Order: sequence, then structure tokens, then C-alpha cells
Amino acid sequence: MGIGIRIEELRKVYDTPPPMAARGAAFARAGMRSGRNEKKNFEVVALAGISLEIRPGEVYGLLGPNGAGKSTTIGILTTRVKPNGGRALLGEYDVWKEPVKVKRLIGVVPQRPNLDFALTAREILLFHGAYFGQTARERSRRAAELLEKFKLTDRADHMARTFSGGMMQRLSIARAMMHDPEVLFLDEPSAGLDPQTRLLLWEIIRDYNRLGKTIVLTTHNMDEADALCDRLAIIDHGRIIARGTPSELKASIPGGHLLRLRFDRVPEPLAAALQALPGVLEVRPVDSAGADVYADRGGTLIPAIVSAAQAADVELRDVSISEPSLETLFLHHTGRSLRD
Amino acid sequence: MNWKTFFAMLSRDAHVARRNLLPLLLQNLLQPLLLVFVFGRVLTTGGMMAARFKDVMLPGVIAISMALSGVQAVAMPLMVEFQFTREIEDRLLAPMANGWLAVEKVIAGMVQALVAGLVVIPAAWLVLGSGVHISLRHPFEFVAVCLLVSLFSAAGGLTLGCSVGQTQIGLMFSLVLAPMMMFGCAYYPWSMLSAFPGLQYAVLINPLVYASEGLRGALAPQVPHMPAYVVVGALLAIDIALLVAGVRQFRKKALS
Ligand SMILES: Nc1ncnc2c1ncn2[C@@H]1O[C@H](COP(=O)(O)OP(=O)(O)OP(=O)(O)O)[C@@H](O)[C@H]1O
Ligand SMILES: [Mg+2]
Repeated sequence: MGIGIRIEELRKVYDTPPPMAARGAAFARAGMRSGRNEKKNFEVVALAGISLEIRPGEVYGLLGPNGAGKSTTIGILTTRVKPNGGRALLGEYDVWKEPVKVKRLIGVVPQRPNLDFALTAREILLFHGAYFGQTARERSRRAAELLEKFKLTDRADHMARTFSGGMMQRLSIARAMMHDPEVLFLDEPSAGLDPQTRLLLWEIIRDYNRLGKTIVLTTHNMDEADALCDRLAIIDHGRIIARGTPSELKASIPGGHLLRLRFDRVPEPLAAALQALPGVLEVRPVDSAGADVYADRGGTLIPAIVSAAQAADVELRDVSISEPSLETLFLHHTGRSLRD
Repeated sequence: MNWKTFFAMLSRDAHVARRNLLPLLLQNLLQPLLLVFVFGRVLTTGGMMAARFKDVMLPGVIAISMALSGVQAVAMPLMVEFQFTREIEDRLLAPMANGWLAVEKVIAGMVQALVAGLVVIPAAWLVLGSGVHISLRHPFEFVAVCLLVSLFSAAGGLTLGCSVGQTQIGLMFSLVLAPMMMFGCAYYPWSMLSAFPGLQYAVLINPLVYASEGLRGALAPQVPHMPAYVVVGALLAIDIALLVAGVRQFRKKALS
């Protein structure tokens, strides 16, 4: 059957600084002396009223730059963050009125692994299964299965605190799937995974989705969103600035193309000439011998680029034309680059 | 209420405690042993103290041992898990109301406090040798007081662990635990404070006073002590207050 999610006008204002090291980004601030006054004046609007509808059995992606409010949204949907306004419904349950019922339906992979460091990998899965009321037999079968799936079997009986970052991430995903939740939340699931493991994870997510499960994930990576998500929302400053299927979103950008050019060198006149080509929005130098050209067209620009290179007496060594990325999407929808 | 989840969490705590049995025992046993040795053996053997001082301080040491280990068992992991590692999050996501996780922590803490208190008795016998006159003439009183004391220490640990920030751990020790131990009537009966009337009534807010007096009444009734109904009544009130405050604080802390 599958379970859908509805969010209505969700708002969240944090009025205390995050606990130390709870989030990577918060480190700098928590390290500073925070006097009484500072504490009182702390106010961050993390969500400024967002509404979303996630259909049963869909893979839904939340994209956005750091601090956009992705983790906060997930936190609210998973009963961990209390919203200041609005409503969140998971299936038929209001997340804030019936948190226990909601917790039974969801599996959560947090952005920062929060594994139980007093236990071994296998014990983490076994106890997690026990918390969800699985029988001893069921949980040892499922734990063995998941350890195998995430290639952790040979480290299964080591303490989780001895794991590398990527292994912790894998274990954390395995744990979230342990009780076979109807809705799986993954906050930046592929952060810290090597490319091969990332592909493995994508496969696992797709398989899980095929069982009719709803999946909500956040990412910075347009390729990942493209590869996995049925639909996306782009969040910035606690607001949704665009939504739709990946291809809809990409089609919505006029200057959606990125041409990555490699020369033997990039003299000033060449950069200027590229900038002046029709349809070029931005030229960004890369190292000393490359340029990223953002433009509203792709292949049709090549002849002009070649002649510009010849005119500047520069050798064109490599061209790759990328599909629209989060970067270009974001630039289009906010007028700002992701890095600003 | 979801008892399966609740018991699974208890068994997780038991499992972790079993794994750390040796350090845990050392942590809980060393301090009371040192106290018993110095106060009970060195001071009495050297003639600084009368031999019957052994009977006065042994119940007090049991009370201190219980109080400290319960606070430590609950407060320390909570502080670390809430502030730094977020380990507790996996249990906050289990299908059970958050308040019950706090209750579970308190029960696990009580068990640890009880073990830490009871283990003092055989240890003290070994260290003190002859001349200790403690008895189990009031077994029900003893059991009731032990349960109430362990609850006060575990619930106190819950309240402290959820209220004290990362920067104030040291302060907690010097401002809360140290005075509590010194003015907890562990090494002297409460009636001896009659020479300091103001102090005598001020210390009554200290739960350790009732713990020491109650255990004294149960184990060494020959030493002056408060009547049992006062002890039980006061501890009951303190336990309920700490438990309510602790669970409330925990639920607040569990959400951001
Ligand atoms: N527990 C917290 N207490 C106080 N402020 C917080 C807390 N969590 C997040 N914030 C603030 O809320 C804002 C949104 O944070 P959030 O973690 O939701 O962003 P994000 O989109 O997940 O970012 P990232 O890509 O870096 O993970 C940020 O400004 C952050 O500083
Ligand atoms: Mg985040």
C-alpha cells in the first residue's frame, strides 16, 4: 500500500544554539564562548513555512545548500524536532499528536551517524530489532542479511566505534532498514561513501523502493537526485523555491548547460571571448588551463568556442557538456551560486 | 505502553553493563572501600575515633556509594549522549514515548546503585575486621530504604544529566555533589548537628541525610537516627519530585 506524507506550512525557529557537535556546521559556533546574552539572542529561522506532498511509494528528494533546512524538515517528520507552526502528516497520523505510531512506521538515517558505541555492529542491529519488537529469530536472520548486503559481515562483531566513517554510514543505513519501515528517511545517505559503495547504496534504495516503500532523502548532488528521485523539492533559506520531477526541473532552466573546457592555457582575451559568445551566462576559470562555461545552449556553442580558441592561438584539449546540475538549477532559481 | 521496547532497552543496558563489568565494579567499589578503610580502620585503629564510629559511618558509606553510583550511572552517559555523540537518538526513535526511555534509564540506574551499595557490606567486613555491629534486624525497613535511596540517586542523576550543560560538569561536582556528601550525615548522626541549629535544619533539604539516617536505623539501630516514617516519607517525596522533574527535563531535552 505505501504511506504518503503531507506537510502544511511547516515553520521552525531555533532559539537555542545546537548542542555541541550535534551538527558539523555548528562546531565553530559551539566552540566559541557563548555567554548568557548570546544564548538569549540566538534565533535562526530554519523553516519559513514549507508545504509538500509526498506520494506513497515515491522516492522524494530534498535538495539545497548547507543550512537550507533539509535536516530540520527530516527532523520534524521523524519526531525529533518540534515545529513552531504548521502540520506534518505521515500516512493518517499527525506526527506531533501520535509520535509513537509514526516512529513505528519510519526508519531514519541521520546526517551524522549516531550509532550506539557501546555495542558491536551486529548487536546494534539486533537491539534495534528488539526495540521494534522483532522476535530473536527474526532479528538475527535480518541482521545477518543486512550485514551481508552492506558488506559488513567480516566486521560484524567489532565495536562500531572502531569503524571508519563510511562503514558507520553503511551500518547506520542498515539499522534504519532493520525493522522494515514503510517510510525510509535518509539525510545525505551517500556522504562519505566511496563511489562504488554509493552505487551499491543507490541499488539498495531502488530495491527497497520497489517493495512499495516511500523514501525521502536529502542530497547536494544533482546526479544522485537524478538517479534516484521521482520528484524533488529545492529548498533554500527554509523555503521551497522549486519542485517537480528531475527532468521538469532541468527543463525549467534556460541557461541549463555547462560546458567544461580544457585548454593548454587560458589567456585573458580567450576568457573574454568566451564570455562574449551568444548564450553564455558565466565563464568560470578552473585551475590555469580550464574554464567552466554556463550557457543556455550546449553543443551548438562548440564551433564558436573552437574559433575563439584558434583566434587566441590556444589548443582546445577537452570538452564535456554536462546536463543541468544542482549548481545551474540553483543559480537559476535564486540568482545566486551555491557557494555564495 | 510498549513493554517489549522497554525491556529491550533494559536488556541493552544490562548487556553493556556486563561488558564493562570490571571497570564498573572498580568505579563503584574503590571509593567506598577507601572511605571505609580510612575512616573505619585507620582512624579507629589509631585511636583518633572510638571503635563504635565504625557502626556510624558504615551505613553512611553505603548511602554515599548508592547515591554517587546512581547519579553517575544515569547522568554521565546522558550528558555525553545528548551533547556529543547523540547515541541516544536510536532509542528516541524506537516506538515508545520518550518519557519512558527516561524511566528506563532510572531503573537501570537504580539497579546499579543497589549493587554499588550492597557490595560495600561484604567489602567492609573484609576491611574492617572485627568490631562492626551491624545487623539486619529490620529487613523490610532496609529493603524499603535501599529502594528509595537508589531511586533518589537515579532520578537525581536523570535530573542533573538533563539540566546541566556541557560546560558545567565540573561545577556540578563542586556545587552539588561535594556539599551533598559532606552535609549528608554520612559520617555523623543527624542528631549530632544539634550544636549547629541553623545547619541542622538546613541540611534537611539534602536527600543524603535521609539515606544515611535511614540505613543507620535499619542496620545499626543502636546509633541515634531519625524515625523510619520520617525517612521513608521524606525520601518518597524527594523521589517523586526528582522523578517528575527529571522526566520533564528529559522530554524537553530530547527534542530540538
Ligand atoms: N539543533 C539546532 N539548534 C539550533 N539551530 C539549529 C539546529 N539545527 C539546525 N539549526 C540551524 O537551522 C538552520 C537549518 O539547518 P539544517 O540542519 O536544517 O540545514 P541543512 O539543510 O540540513 O544543511 P546541511 O546541508 O548543512 O546539512 C541552520 O541555520 C542551522 O544552524
Ligand atoms: Mg543537513
